Amino acid sequence: MMHLTPSDIQAIWLTIKLAGVVTLILLLIGTPIAWWLARTKVWWKRPIGAVVALPLVLPPSVLGFYLLLAMGPNGPVGQFTQALGIGHLPFTFWGLVIASIFYSLPFMVQPLQNAFEAIGERPLEVAATLRASPLDAFFTVAVPLALPGFITASILTFAHTVGEFGVVLMIGGNIPGETRVASVQIYDHVEALEYMQAHSLSAVMLIFSFAVLLCVYTWRPSVKRVG
Amino acid sequence: MILPKILIFICALVLSMSAYAEKINIAAAADLKFAMDEIVAKFREVNAKDDVDVIYGSSGKFYTQIQQGAPYDLYFSADIAFPRELAKSGFSFSEVIPYAFGRIVLWSATMEANKMSLDSLTSSKISHIAIANPKHAPYGKRAEEALRASRLWERVEPKLVYGENIAHTAQFVQTGNAQVGIIALSLALNPALANKGGYWLIPDTLHAPLEQAFIITKRAQGNDLAKKFADYMRSSATRTIMTKYGFVLPN
Repeated sequence: MMHLTPSDIQAIWLTIKLAGVVTLILLLIGTPIAWWLARTKVWWKRPIGAVVALPLVLPPSVLGFYLLLAMGPNGPVGQFTQALGIGHLPFTFWGLVIASIFYSLPFMVQPLQNAFEAIGERPLEVAATLRASPLDAFFTVAVPLALPGFITASILTFAHTVGEFGVVLMIGGNIPGETRVASVQIYDHVEALEYMQAHSLSAVMLIFSFAVLLCVYTWRPSVKRVG
Repeated sequence: MILPKILIFICALVLSMSAYAEKINIAAAADLKFAMDEIVAKFREVNAKDDVDVIYGSSGKFYTQIQQGAPYDLYFSADIAFPRELAKSGFSFSEVIPYAFGRIVLWSATMEANKMSLDSLTSSKISHIAIANPKHAPYGKRAEEALRASRLWERVEPKLVYGENIAHTAQFVQTGNAQVGIIALSLALNPALANKGGYWLIPDTLHAPLEQAFIITKRAQGNDLAKKFADYMRSSATRTIMTKYGFVLPN
């Protein structure tokens, strides 16, 4: 029953690599954004929060369309990357990484923001009276307290990137080992009427997705305990 | 109570719709996009009351969807093999009706493709070449055959990017993300694409013929409009449009 071709395995590895890189980068970008959103009281935190949440609502085709034009030779991002000597991002692994960072941003920021908000002012005030610098307090107090939030955010970001399809199809160009991720590979199998192969790879994705969600739900109670 | 009124209104709406004559859904291969739009516009002029919807996509996808009961009344495939299979397994009401032969061209939005040939693809100026996915798209299969017949496949394969269907492939080229592409002549002849860079017709001796055919599906049995549209495909108006878009007509 389980029959994965070498190109299926390649697509799975590429998917894991993409999701892993995106999760690491989003941990670095998303944490300060979430921290700022959780602590600031300025009025424009709301529009910023809405921008961060946009990919939850936007059809992937909107994101794919804008990215294809922006990263192409006539787009602003494309001209910038060309000036840097990187060339153009569509049809490349790093193009997919950039697209996925936009696509998965809310899945990193929102759980982190919730976790930071749940900590409240008190532990940080205590840390300050003990002469901890804000940065020190962040790493020794906030991060350990928000650890379940970090784990939930990372798992959701990883999983959501694995589940990406529309954006990848629009800017990826379906190149084996470079942009042909598992979801696109399944689509190709179905289009080519290779239902057996589509079944095998789909089963892998199904089991994976279930395992991920099981992890998230198992971790959830400890998030509540923090608050 | 407002809810019953709404329900009555919806029922009336639905009934009035079904009382209105006929409606057909046409599933058409993406290479037909511009030609079929014109054909349907002409057909509507003489059949103003009737409702004709066209869905464009890849032939292979429609094949699968029809097997799974998709509500398409006519199916225009870029590869005659798909409708033949459907007819064999009883999903067709009509016989398989060939309507055209397709041609493939080298096309670019940024370079002068009319001065190129397949050998130009090895140039270092070209980093990406878009073709339709040869695994399932008929135009992609022919593109691969032409490149293999010219002994270029191994050299250009690292530059290839694959579109989901032929229109998607043209879009990669139109946005400049791929410098050149192998697309359908019918798309390259569309005014929106024709004024950019031009095209180079790939000799049809380099690939198997792109024989295209349509069927009236089993579902449309007894739908007079479907029959009428099938007949309209033989009209001189239709043949003029098809020829204009570079399709070679049978006989």
